[in-house]
Amino acid sequence: MESFRPIYLKLFVVLIAMVFVGRLFSMQVTNSTEGSTVRRFIQYPYRGLIYDREGRLLVTNEPQFDLMVDSRRMQMNDLEGFCEMLGITPEDYAKRMESLKRDRYQGSVFFEKLSNLEYAKIQDKLVHYPGFYVEPRTTRKYPHTSLGNTLGYTGEISPARLAADTAKYYVQGDYIGISGLERKYEEHLRGKRGVKYMRIGPHGNVVGDFNGGNSDTLAIAGGDLYTTLDLELQQYAEQLMAGKVGSVVAIEPSTGEILAMVSSPSYDPNQLTGRLFSKNFGAISSDSLKPLFTRPTQATYPPGSIFKIIQSLIALQEGVIRAREQIYCDGTLIGDHARPGNYDVRRGIAVSSNNYFYKVFYRIINQRKDPNPFIDARYGLETWGEYVSNFGLGSPLGIDMPSERGGLIPSLQTYDRVYGEKGWRFSNIYSLSIGQGEMLMTPLQMANLAAIMANRGYYYTPHLVKGVGEDGGPLPEFTVKHETGIDSVHFDPVLDGMAEVVNNTARLAVIRDLPIIGKTGTAENPHGHDHSVFMAFAPRENPQIAIAVYVENAGWGGLAAGGTASLLIEKYIKGEITRPWVESYILESRYLQNMPEL
Amino acid sequence: MSSREEIQVDWLTIVLYAILVILGWANIYAASYKIGQEASIFSLDLESGKQLLWIGTAVVIITVLMLLDFKFYDFIAYILYGLFIAMLVGVLLFGVKKGGAQSWFELGGFRLQPSEFAKFATALAVAKYIGNTNGFRFSQFSHLVIVAGIVLLPMGLILLQPDAGTVLVYSSFILVFYREGLHPIVLWILITAIVLFILTLAVENQITLFYGVGALAAIIMAFIYWRRKTFNRTMLIVFGIAIVVCGYILSVDYLFKNVLQPHQQKRILVTLNLMQDPRGVGYNLDQSKQTIGSGGLWGKGFLEGERTQEGWVPEQSTDFIFTTLAEEHGWIGTTLVIALFVVLILRLMMLADRQKSRFARVYGYGVVSILFFHLMINVGMTIGLFPVVGIPLPFFSYGGSSLWSFTVLVFILIKLDAHRGQVLMR
Repeated sequence: MESFRPIYLKLFVVLIAMVFVGRLFSMQVTNSTEGSTVRRFIQYPYRGLIYDREGRLLVTNEPQFDLMVDSRRMQMNDLEGFCEMLGITPEDYAKRMESLKRDRYQGSVFFEKLSNLEYAKIQDKLVHYPGFYVEPRTTRKYPHTSLGNTLGYTGEISPARLAADTAKYYVQGDYIGISGLERKYEEHLRGKRGVKYMRIGPHGNVVGDFNGGNSDTLAIAGGDLYTTLDLELQQYAEQLMAGKVGSVVAIEPSTGEILAMVSSPSYDPNQLTGRLFSKNFGAISSDSLKPLFTRPTQATYPPGSIFKIIQSLIALQEGVIRAREQIYCDGTLIGDHARPGNYDVRRGIAVSSNNYFYKVFYRIINQRKDPNPFIDARYGLETWGEYVSNFGLGSPLGIDMPSERGGLIPSLQTYDRVYGEKGWRFSNIYSLSIGQGEMLMTPLQMANLAAIMANRGYYYTPHLVKGVGEDGGPLPEFTVKHETGIDSVHFDPVLDGMAEVVNNTARLAVIRDLPIIGKTGTAENPHGHDHSVFMAFAPRENPQIAIAVYVENAGWGGLAAGGTASLLIEKYIKGEITRPWVESYILESRYLQNMPEL
Repeated sequence: MSSREEIQVDWLTIVLYAILVILGWANIYAASYKIGQEASIFSLDLESGKQLLWIGTAVVIITVLMLLDFKFYDFIAYILYGLFIAMLVGVLLFGVKKGGAQSWFELGGFRLQPSEFAKFATALAVAKYIGNTNGFRFSQFSHLVIVAGIVLLPMGLILLQPDAGTVLVYSSFILVFYREGLHPIVLWILITAIVLFILTLAVENQITLFYGVGALAAIIMAFIYWRRKTFNRTMLIVFGIAIVVCGYILSVDYLFKNVLQPHQQKRILVTLNLMQDPRGVGYNLDQSKQTIGSGGLWGKGFLEGERTQEGWVPEQSTDFIFTTLAEEHGWIGTTLVIALFVVLILRLMMLADRQKSRFARVYGYGVVSILFFHLMINVGMTIGLFPVVGIPLPFFSYGGSSLWSFTVLVFILIKLDAHRGQVLMR
């Protein structure tokens, strides 16, 4: 018998034991695993609420539930019942399962945005499907149907914004403000996400806290927004603008606070919440009247006659005219509704004489600083441009809304590009004198012009939010006073003219005991009926409201726009409407049929 | 020199046995313990309480075994073997299925697994045949056939149940045969076969294996030619072996897919890391590894294993009891228990080696081999070094059949050893 064999066998036993002990060392000591299987539950913060200036709720939250699945724990024993419970087909089920975004510590959204009612229906049945659970979060809810464009909507973050989020706050599936105030004040509204870790058992059920809750973070609710909007005025404005395409912007002149802002047509913001979003968004966004287009800040129009106000003020400040200076105008320079005769600033504004302002603008542009009219015009336009930009034109005002546009004020370069340097003079740019030509303004800028007139020379940037959080004030940029550089004395003759406007070109805007200081405009529209525009403020002393109304394709500015503006002024100042015939005229006016064929 | 009449019980083995049984009992308590519904270790509602009953009956069995005449085991070996072979046949006809295998008799609430006890009967029968056959040699064909048959018969019957794990345990007799003079070439052939089996499954393109075998054969033949400067028979043999090996490789695929059950195929693939299936067949293994891994160096403490209490590991009190030990007592605990087993096995080997009678020695090695295979396969499967097959960890897994079976195995050896002075060298 070979005596080595027992030794070999003993060595074999010891060898195997050593292999096991070594393997266990690598499993237990060097590569030790976590003790618990943990699931991460996102604690979604309560998004900040939005109020109007009187504390009336504009936006609130509503619970909503995402049906989650932990794919490592799920067991599907009753596919038929499950599909029936959710109202989906087995193919749909397979597709959803296929497209799950899997995560080691977190379930994946299987079916999103169940409403309270839908959740209540499945709540009891859900226990039969291990691995499925719901994660509560909230969606927006609007007590009113107003202010769709201004408030904006929320939705799942887009890949582009996710990529742009260098601070790495957001994760896929997060809700984020996509437009309007929801977007502008996203960082104030969103709050701070919390995370809760729970240990789960082999059947996918929560069995207890993890780490005694020490790894958890609490969700912090977002800050509320106190807006400058007056819900009552807003609703009335929306009512008046029904059936019309255009904008209303009303501002409190002394502060720049926006009282109402209508973009018409709009949409009911409740249509873009929860699961309705994906259902309705396509139809709303592809509507030919573009309800998602925020006209007050994004539409740009030729200002037309309202720009004559600015021309008067620049001319007076530059001293190229005097307030009472009579200038004879015979209607030969440019087409005109005004009769031939002597005009001063007051009368020029009051009857909106085109020829008067042709001459005024000529004097601004050609101040004889150079004998060459081509060079003289350059000096003139440059000076003029500085004044104009002081009125907040040519670039965005800086309202607290995303994607505001700045309109267009032509510069030297604009004309140099077209005519070449020294290739243009007054005769090439004269249409600017009456607010036509290469000039565009947003309705917001028009309303701001009304506020400047009310303030006699300065403005605060128009804004929608006057308080972030309970005690917060407006954003700091909204407390800066912007001067136009026009002495307030120059405003008197202009305002005198504007006071007469309602009696001449906007008779529908006359309120007997509440004089309105305003200016009509009728912007030529090469595509169809002219656009109707009216800007005004009231009362003359201690102005409370400045307003601009722009109605597309509505023809003469004094009618649709003037009537609407006067009703809103009356409503805001008096709280009642004393001229029901004007109200019914405006309510019944529909200009959609005047729209050019698209 | 000890007197021939003296009885020398090996207390060290008994102490080791007792320690393992008590540690096993405590672990079964930990595995069945639930926070919130605390019960005493003695509670019959828990498996630990019932295990205590099995331990108590094991003590009775020990007493009986020690009181019987030591020559009785030699005498009864074939009778027991015949009896249990009959029971293995019977269980196929009248037994009940549990866990996919028809391996249990059920008599009024009392359940018995004959394959557990057939192990010691087979060990006794093998010992008796080798010990009582004059001039037994493995090289003698009739001897080889009979002794192999004694082992293969129960293996075949258990395979019909089918209970792959227990079948594997019977293959432990190869160690006994090696100890008793089986040519080592048999072991090498077996090891080569296993390695080739794994390689065939692991290598995607089997053609490369053929190239490898061919190249190896060519090198060996070239070497022989270089040494002898002539062609000879050895080269032919090498060539023949290469052909056989290639044939084996070709048949592995067929055997794997057609002889093994689908779940066994998967278990092998999961163990070899050729397949990921953490929610299916690999679930047990995955949970087992995570639970063991969570134990760390020192473990979470007795009754503190949260994964154990949350019930992550299926079959935790029986086949996967090692995970409870690993979670609650860490690497220190697992190493200590493995060390205890190794000491017990080495001690039993020493006992076997000092037997004067070949019967006792062969039986001793049978006990050692069975115990060692159980340890190797059970622990190996929980740590992912062996495919998952359901066999218990001796003394630790919950269950009466298993505990009694190992008790009988060990204490017959202790009894034989105690009387080693009374036998004459054959």
